[in-house]
Amino acid sequence: MEESADGKAKKAGARLCCLCHQKKAALKRPKTLEQICRECFYEVFEEEIHQVIVENQLFKPGERIALGASGGKDSTVLAYVLSELNRRHNYGLDLFLLSVDEGITGYRDDSLETVKRNEIQYGLPLKIVSYKDLYGWTMDEIVKMIGLKNNCTFCGVFRRQALDRGAALLKVDKLATGHNADDIAETVLLNILRGDIARLSRCTSIVTGEDGPIPRCKPFKYTYEKEIVMYAYFKRLDYFSTECIYSPNAYRGFAREFIKDLERIRPRAILDIIKSGENFRISTSTKMPEQGTCERCGYISSQKWCKACVLLEGLNRGLPKLGIGRTRGLNNDDKKDTKKTNGTKSIESKQCGTLDF
Amino acid sequence: MLLFLLVSKLCRFSDMKLTVEFGGGLELLCNSVKIHNVNVELQSGAEKLTMKDLLSWIRTNLIKERPEMFMKGDTVRPGVLALVNDCDWELSGQLDTTLEEKDVVVFISTLHGG
Repeated sequence: MEESADGKAKKAGARLCCLCHQKKAALKRPKTLEQICRECFYEVFEEEIHQVIVENQLFKPGERIALGASGGKDSTVLAYVLSELNRRHNYGLDLFLLSVDEGITGYRDDSLETVKRNEIQYGLPLKIVSYKDLYGWTMDEIVKMIGLKNNCTFCGVFRRQALDRGAALLKVDKLATGHNADDIAETVLLNILRGDIARLSRCTSIVTGEDGPIPRCKPFKYTYEKEIVMYAYFKRLDYFSTECIYSPNAYRGFAREFIKDLERIRPRAILDIIKSGENFRISTSTKMPEQGTCERCGYISSQKWCKACVLLEGLNRGLPKLGIGRTRGLNNDDKKDTKKTNGTKSIESKQCGTLDF
Repeated sequence: MLLFLLVSKLCRFSDMKLTVEFGGGLELLCNSVKIHNVNVELQSGAEKLTMKDLLSWIRTNLIKERPEMFMKGDTVRPGVLALVNDCDWELSGQLDTTLEEKDVVVFISTLHGG
């Protein structure tokens, strides 16, 4: 057994960090293929995010910022890094954690426990908004009624609004989410496959919804998932990782796997896909859905009623198919205008709403 | 005690003690156990144990369900990170990484939720 110590020493001497040339390299960066040590990794990882924040002017001094917090790896690292950068570089931000409780037993209740620990660990006030309070239904109750077929549509539509409502309650100026480079590359591909021009042009923007009540931003737009997970692992950050029990996640799953296969061959592919998404030119003659407001709840909507109100009406009237697939019943005033169904068609095929863009 | 002596005698030349750890949701494939202290038997005649050998051993001995979430072909599924003694296995030769007694091998899935 004595030789194992020698063996380890031999391994340790093998590769040195290409930045400090002193410590043993701990990982290979997908973005640059550099071999770097743990300390240099923390430094470049945090510094790059800081540069993205500065260059894109994501925050202004004095702003109140909500961080979308699911308890998962991305949002946990986001909360950790942003509170660190806020201190280090005097951003002057008031940071809050904002979580959505979809009402999924054995999934969200567990992950919310993680968020509650994060609240204490990072000293950031936490606000939880629940589907039950906002809509009168938990996801468990919705699934009981409609089954496992279109449940992700409900969840995705409801979550988007729930985050906006929670952000309004916190009176924040902006909402930052943990979407990473891999997520964005994946969404670019999905939107191309679906032919969803409106979302394709939006999904690569680092800031969205500037015309709406609460703009959203993605400080991790150029941050690789691998580095986020490595960072969380090396720093022993406390995060929750379980797949949602109701999510088949099929369509997005294929895109995700394809992205990961590409990354293995050529890690730069992820940034290249984001770049392609950014460079996609949408011809000005393409008719984009017009933004208005929902007649019932006042939320932004391109239709008479917003998607959440249509879905909710269906649930409450015992017609859960309402609003799934082709628009029928409530928004049918403009039936002749087939172009207007664009918005609903894309929601129909959208699988899991975990990643709202 | 007697049993321990017997086991250690039997294992002396053919076994390697390793710690295998699963994270990021992969533990769900092994009855939600994250840390496994294991003895991996070397193939008869084999001088060393590589990550390739360990992966096939894990697939047979530790993974209880959905092995496709962990492996693809003879390597880990893309999106699963592997570290040997807290060092990215991409730096040590991936499948060809040679393992030594008491090494700690960690697998983390990046594929679960955000």
